[in-house]
Amino acid sequence: MTDELPRRDAGAKTAGDAYPAAGEPLLRVEGVVKTFGTFRAVDGVSLEIKAGEFFALLGPSGCGKTTLLRMLAGFEAPDEGRILLGGKDIAQALPHERPINMMFQNYALFPHLSVRDNIAFGLKRANMARSDIATRVAEMVALVKLEGLEKRKPDQLSGGQRQRVALARALARRPQLLLLDEPLAALDKKLRENTQGELMELQRRLGMTFIIVTHDQEEAMTMASRIGVMKSGKLAQVGAPRDLYEAPRSRWIAEFVGDINLFDAESKLRDGHRLVVGTRDAGALVVAEPREPVGEGKFSVAIRPEKVKLSRRGPVSETGHATAINRLDGVIADICYLGGTTTYKVKLDTGGMLQASVANSARLDVDAYSLNQQIVAWFTPDDCVVLPS
Amino acid sequence: MRKFSRLSRFNIASLALGFAFLYLPILILVIYSFNASRLVTVWGGWSLRWYREFFADRAMIEASWMSLRVAVASATIATLLGTLAAVALSRGERFRGRTLFSGMLYAPLVMPEVITGLSLLLLFVALDAERGFWTVTIAHTTLTMCFVAVVVQSRLGSLDRSLEEAAMDLGCAPARAFLSVTLPLIAPAIVAGWMLAFTLSLDDLVIASFTTGPGSATLPIRIYSEVRLGVKPEINAICTLVIALIALVIVLASLASKLSSAQGESAAPL
Amino acid sequence: MSARRIFARPARLAAIAPYVWMVLFFLVPFGFVLKISLSQTAIAQPPYEPVFDLTAGWTAIHAAFAALSIDNFKLLASDDIYVFAYLRSLTVAAAATALLLLIGYPIGYGMARLPKRWQPVAMVLVIVPFWTSFLIRIYAWINILQHDGLLNQILRALHLVSRPVVWLSTDTAMYIGIVYSYLPFMILPLYATLAKMEPALEEAAGDLGAPPWQVFWLVTFPLSLPGVGAGVLLCFIPVVGEFVIPDLLAGSSSLMIGQTLWLEFFTNKDWPVASAAAIVLLVVLLLPLLLYERLQRRQLEER
Repeated sequence: MTDELPRRDAGAKTAGDAYPAAGEPLLRVEGVVKTFGTFRAVDGVSLEIKAGEFFALLGPSGCGKTTLLRMLAGFEAPDEGRILLGGKDIAQALPHERPINMMFQNYALFPHLSVRDNIAFGLKRANMARSDIATRVAEMVALVKLEGLEKRKPDQLSGGQRQRVALARALARRPQLLLLDEPLAALDKKLRENTQGELMELQRRLGMTFIIVTHDQEEAMTMASRIGVMKSGKLAQVGAPRDLYEAPRSRWIAEFVGDINLFDAESKLRDGHRLVVGTRDAGALVVAEPREPVGEGKFSVAIRPEKVKLSRRGPVSETGHATAINRLDGVIADICYLGGTTTYKVKLDTGGMLQASVANSARLDVDAYSLNQQIVAWFTPDDCVVLPS
Repeated sequence: MRKFSRLSRFNIASLALGFAFLYLPILILVIYSFNASRLVTVWGGWSLRWYREFFADRAMIEASWMSLRVAVASATIATLLGTLAAVALSRGERFRGRTLFSGMLYAPLVMPEVITGLSLLLLFVALDAERGFWTVTIAHTTLTMCFVAVVVQSRLGSLDRSLEEAAMDLGCAPARAFLSVTLPLIAPAIVAGWMLAFTLSLDDLVIASFTTGPGSATLPIRIYSEVRLGVKPEINAICTLVIALIALVIVLASLASKLSSAQGESAAPL
Repeated sequence: MSARRIFARPARLAAIAPYVWMVLFFLVPFGFVLKISLSQTAIAQPPYEPVFDLTAGWTAIHAAFAALSIDNFKLLASDDIYVFAYLRSLTVAAAATALLLLIGYPIGYGMARLPKRWQPVAMVLVIVPFWTSFLIRIYAWINILQHDGLLNQILRALHLVSRPVVWLSTDTAMYIGIVYSYLPFMILPLYATLAKMEPALEEAAGDLGAPPWQVFWLVTFPLSLPGVGAGVLLCFIPVVGEFVIPDLLAGSSSLMIGQTLWLEFFTNKDWPVASAAAIVLLVVLLLPLLLYERLQRRQLEER
């Protein structure tokens, strides 16, 4: 079985022959199921990842994303389904037989080995020549900018340095696929943001395929070219960050990825390319007809806070299509100043609450609204999304 | 320093009294071993007289030699078996007979020595084994491997399992991952386990009394029969030598574990 | 299959050797103790009968089984010496354990409150006497407690007593010996639980208006109960069967069960009665032993 696997590249050359060109499918997960006792941790996940992608598995804790990652690494074997890497099923292969490496959440650096020996660990297992190992280690040390620290032990390093050693160690074998399990969770905010940039830069430069697991949606949006959102062991939606944010496929995703205003629909009426939706909390709303037609089931209208505009007198009609604009009257009920933006909570005259996020584009607060101020909130039909409940 | 303010006067007093209680008797014993006087309680000036007397005492020397051999042999076998047992318990998940296995390993830790000693003797008699070095060694191995197992198991339990996973991820088969990552990391606990087994064996009176045969008394058996007859200065000297030997073993072992893991792993308990 | 299972198979193989060893030298011997406790005393070598002889065939084995009797247990129950010995063992162990807790708790508590970098040093200081021989430590106290020993010398020099007090061969001496020998077993589990405790908990209790003694009784002590339990069991169980300390330090007027067992075995050569005494001792200790075993296992396996 091991012989059928793509050979892990242990030599000095770059990716092996089996490695598909960028954009070609590298990994296929087909109907994978993993149960622990009666708990279905991963419940029928299918996924395709292309070579050169930076893919993020995003979801709340307990959604099965880490279990899925551990199945890719070989620490768990799926109960059902196949995992194909370069066309070969590796679902039952042991971790050391896979051309995949993992960067562990707490780094799992060997405390009894120096930085150099940690990085060389996997290379020695691949029976590389000593001189090649030295070259590769030096290359990796330079890559993650750890020059001069080669002889240190892990407990003599800072959190950020440890993270780099873990990365270098996982990259040293030039795996076909690098798995990163919450790689930045242990770093503080500033360092995390810098490291995000460095990881992205590295991934682009090496042209490698990364799969990252994270519960931080901002992190996933920043780094990944594609995101798979998991919920209760299933993939809820897979798509580019923009798709997830602007075109969520369900109410749950809309709420999980960013903030959103939701209004439950009570009636609907077709008006050309538009729908007029009656809601209890916000009255009648005009929304663009969704790509997938709304069935008979319940649904809601969703609008992101930053798409909502506020003004004292209402929108100035530039094009004369004022009727096509949703206009809601209300009172400022709460103000939350966040620096770059301010979030206002508006108590609508129709009864509901509406959140609006306004960029603080001027330093002096001439444009700011005050508590209990009468206000008009408005947004276009195209900014609304119709979501099945 | 907030930590200092947490230490109340009561805390300091109980620590000082506690440590004085633990150390003064031993200190007094060591000092009196250098007493020149035959009367154990009268100070007659410094002297090595009782040490000379000990080294002239053939029976004592023979008993000491017997004890040392038993201690080294039983500690070595016990470390091997105890480490294997710890690995099975902490990495073996569920297996048939596991409850019985762990029960058998924990019970001797607190079992009254008279019971352990008696039961082993009855076994040796039934097997018609000649009692002496090997029976005592087997008895001590049975007792001390449980202590080794507990020490090593607690180290294995506190070890981050993802280290082993990382080793496998980087190309190690499971056995190789154990040898190149787990074993070096639990080495200090294994060394501590050996030391513990060694001193427990050197220390034991009751089990050795049951399991040894005529003509092969261990040092504690000799000391015990002397002490029953009353205090003798020579015993002070022997005790001091034993304490020195144990101190030497502790120092050597802690140096060894420092060298093997210079990253300041905290020492295993006991 | 999971990562744990990948490791589990070779790890299970590691159990074979120690398993066989423990069955052979721990479990099987108990079978012998049980069997011999049901045998008759005989003036022979070995001094009991019937002796099983597996070569003698089925009828002989059957006859041997028929000869088993519970006379030895009847003897233990009817003879006051044994009944008193068991009662004395239990009361001595209970009193000594209470003393140990009383003395050990402040020490363990003090250690847990030491600055972090001093704590390992204190732990080594508690463990080191444990490494020095048990017998030597008892002997050290004989030195101090004897008729013209250091303690009496000091007491007389201070004019607290006019003539030497008899310390040796008294219960006081025995309790001193037990407390001295078992103190590390009490301190270490107490220290371990107290050191793990979040200091913020005590601070929170103080912040919520509890004076120090209430902080201790309402927060610290209840949270240290697992350590108290471990320490109590770790001391109580072996003290019940203790032989050396009462033999060397206490008087010979009343014996503990470990001593009677020793006497029956070595002096009276009555192996069956000694075995029966061991079985009864084991039964008495079964509950605390099981408690201790569960406590240990949970502690180690839930890490």
